[in-house]
Amino acid sequence: MNLSPSEQFQDGPPPGRVATPDPEPRWSDQTEPPDPQRAARIVSALRAVLPAASVLAGVEQTRPYECDGLSAFRRLPVAVCLPESEAQVQQVLRVCRAMDVPVVARGAGTSLSGGAMPHAAGIVLSLARLNRILQLDPAARTARVQPGVRNLAISEAAAPHGLYYAPDPSSQIACTIGGNLAENSGGVHCLKYGLTVHNVLRVRGLTIDGEILELGGGALDAPGLDLLALTIGSEGMLTVVTEATVRLVPRPQLARVVMASFDDVVKAGDAVAAIIGAGIVPAGLEMMDRKATEAVEPFVRAGYDLNAEAILLAESDGTPEEVDEEIARMGAVLRGAGATALVVSRDEPERLRFWSGRKNAFPAAGRISPDYYCMDGTIPRKNLGRMLAAIADMEREYGLRCMNVFHAGDGNLHPLILFDANAPGEWERADRFGADILELCVELGGTVTGEHGVGVEKINSMCVQFSPAERAAFFAVKRAFDPPGLLNPGKAIPTLARCAEYGKMHVQAGRIAFPEIPRF
Amino acid sequence: MATDVEPAGVARGADAPLRALRDCVRAADADRIRLRLRGGGTKDFYGEPAAGEPLDLRPLAGIVAYEPTELVVTACAGTPLAELEQVLAERRQWLPFEPPHFGAGATVGGMVAAGLSGPGRASAGAVRDYVLGAVLMNPQGELLHFGGQVMKNVAGYDLSRVLAGSMGVLGPIVQVSLKVLPMPAAGATLHLHAGLREALALLNRWGGQPLPITATAWHAGELRVRLAGARAAVEAAARRLGDAHAARALEPQQADGYWAGVREHTDAFFDGDAPLWRLSVPSTAPAFEFPGRQLIEWGGALRWFRTEVDPSVVRQAATTVGGHATLFRGRARSGGTFAPLSPAVLELHRRLKREFDPRGIFNPGRLVAGL
Repeated sequence: MNLSPSEQFQDGPPPGRVATPDPEPRWSDQTEPPDPQRAARIVSALRAVLPAASVLAGVEQTRPYECDGLSAFRRLPVAVCLPESEAQVQQVLRVCRAMDVPVVARGAGTSLSGGAMPHAAGIVLSLARLNRILQLDPAARTARVQPGVRNLAISEAAAPHGLYYAPDPSSQIACTIGGNLAENSGGVHCLKYGLTVHNVLRVRGLTIDGEILELGGGALDAPGLDLLALTIGSEGMLTVVTEATVRLVPRPQLARVVMASFDDVVKAGDAVAAIIGAGIVPAGLEMMDRKATEAVEPFVRAGYDLNAEAILLAESDGTPEEVDEEIARMGAVLRGAGATALVVSRDEPERLRFWSGRKNAFPAAGRISPDYYCMDGTIPRKNLGRMLAAIADMEREYGLRCMNVFHAGDGNLHPLILFDANAPGEWERADRFGADILELCVELGGTVTGEHGVGVEKINSMCVQFSPAERAAFFAVKRAFDPPGLLNPGKAIPTLARCAEYGKMHVQAGRIAFPEIPRF
Repeated sequence: MATDVEPAGVARGADAPLRALRDCVRAADADRIRLRLRGGGTKDFYGEPAAGEPLDLRPLAGIVAYEPTELVVTACAGTPLAELEQVLAERRQWLPFEPPHFGAGATVGGMVAAGLSGPGRASAGAVRDYVLGAVLMNPQGELLHFGGQVMKNVAGYDLSRVLAGSMGVLGPIVQVSLKVLPMPAAGATLHLHAGLREALALLNRWGGQPLPITATAWHAGELRVRLAGARAAVEAAARRLGDAHAARALEPQQADGYWAGVREHTDAFFDGDAPLWRLSVPSTAPAFEFPGRQLIEWGGALRWFRTEVDPSVVRQAATTVGGHATLFRGRARSGGTFAPLSPAVLELHRRLKREFDPRGIFNPGRLVAGL
């Protein structure tokens, strides 16, 4: 946002309210395990309400749950619960509420931000066994599903009716709808088809007290505040989802993709602006830089132009007539924007092959480097050239390589920083490299996370994006939903103390807010 | 840290009104004076009755930033909605949820606070789907920035979307950033005859097919269907529906006038004094037949009634099918405007209100009686 408090209120903070006091929520320290007696009491209380096989305890059993897709952050929980029904979830929550035990809900564990990393004093509540599609209504174009249903399974079940569930995060073969709700997941088609929040009608969940909460409904809106929107993307910190009703949309008859080569990444960025400026909203619009194409091509053989500094993939979908018209228009715009080569997919296998390189960028990074660290900032697209130049400088500064893939249509960057965790100091350098990228995202008017969530990973960067008063508002929401602060504590929203320790100041569109208040 | 990015683009002249707003809010909070937050007052009729000292947000006006190729516009709350739409139209862009103005003075902030969407809602999404970021003022007069000016942003809870439809109860919306879209390249409106049940069946059948339908309206045996998108797609769909259902195309001007009338409630259907009910229901909900008149939008998911029938009957009918009923315009407000909330959801509203506005100064009672 451009409206900078520092600009507006230079005559000082409100009397007696220098900075909104931080509430210092409970359980934000996730590192301290309970003493063995308490741990044993927690496990036996859980075993009293769940079948024995549904409560895992001990290092061997809980180790598989020590991290999610961001394996740099690991921690063992006291126990892992695997309930099979909403009633069992309710029981687990009641035990945890009564015994004051933190609860980390988990789907497939594909999060890239450590959102499902366990709390040392708490339990992991796996919803993987709540994996049934309860109802599929082709006439109403809705599916009522349990949280452990995989994203792709919904589209597979809807396919016989010519329908599908639109959000398609790269992990869709594995990730669950519950996790998608927690992260407000997007995908390569979200510019046209929206994020999770745009495709969900209703969520049924439980509060930390085990009370049932129905948000949204069968209609396109619901009375009262839009708490459905508030809970989507809340990283498991407000409620535990036990059921969701999602919207299904008709599958387009046809999709084709144009692959355009550019001899300069800034030109490719400008071409994206030119497509949008021409009034076209492509179904997908992705960019990869040369380092990315060089990494994936030997691995996937997608047919990428390795002489290009950047390639763009622009997809059109709809009726055959519509696709022909749009592809022709996009081709003209891309040529006008300086594309050095254009290839249009001739058939479905070729279209999928063009996309396969993009979808395999992360594994490809894993092939050319022992480890990689995927960032997820979003910037206004016009600043792409500056961002890429800055990343090139950072590569030199930190002595690490970075390849760039980019949801170009919506400004969501996924720089992949390549490093070797076994080389002393490399992870620390990669971590600082990533934090620098995210700070620049905020400075350029963007955000520290476009779709992967804050989790534990970007919690420090949140200090840069949000003021103390804004973080206080987030804690206010947290208190309203979860007064004891037991749901996924310590994630997503940093405390004042944590931000003070991090030592970086809140920045808004390049300005430091509240210059008048003392710094730590 | 570098500071050479574009300067914070507050609309020139917004400084003084913002200062005045802050002073007013702080004073009200200190003295527990209730404020009735207001833009152009075009939606005064809507929602639970307002109370408190009027606080006019219109001085806080101006488009802060608009980058057509980023598909984002940022405007201060008091910016006239008509002005915003005009600026977008100059670049052939628009707000595809087609917000109703309900009068010449409608503002951008009022549009978000009321959270109402027009004929395009079923295909394009609602106001809340286009809110990318917002600036809220808290009772201490601090500005809180939520969301941002980018399409994808999951940093922190999504408080900006919650402001859509909040009726100002969480505080004054100072500024919003909205996603905008290119206007469709081509459009056509078809007119055909269909009975109530036949129309509902057709609408739901078409909804499951890849047709470029962007608005529908049925009333008294007449069904109008708006197609929009790529020229080839519109022409193909118009031919198909025209052949199958003996549909005729309306003249473009006539069609635009019709949809504007539905959006702004100036269509003859909305005339009269009987209470106007808005039933938001699953599109597949069966036909309701209350005495009075009915207009159906959103592919069957929005049903307007001008009816004198007992409010409890209407509310019950909507609830039974999984929807809710709003007494949109009516003479008596004794029964409340909005459908009652479940006890668990109501409790969350109470807690959120207490957290965001502990002294209850912002639009008390406007969304939920007593809050």
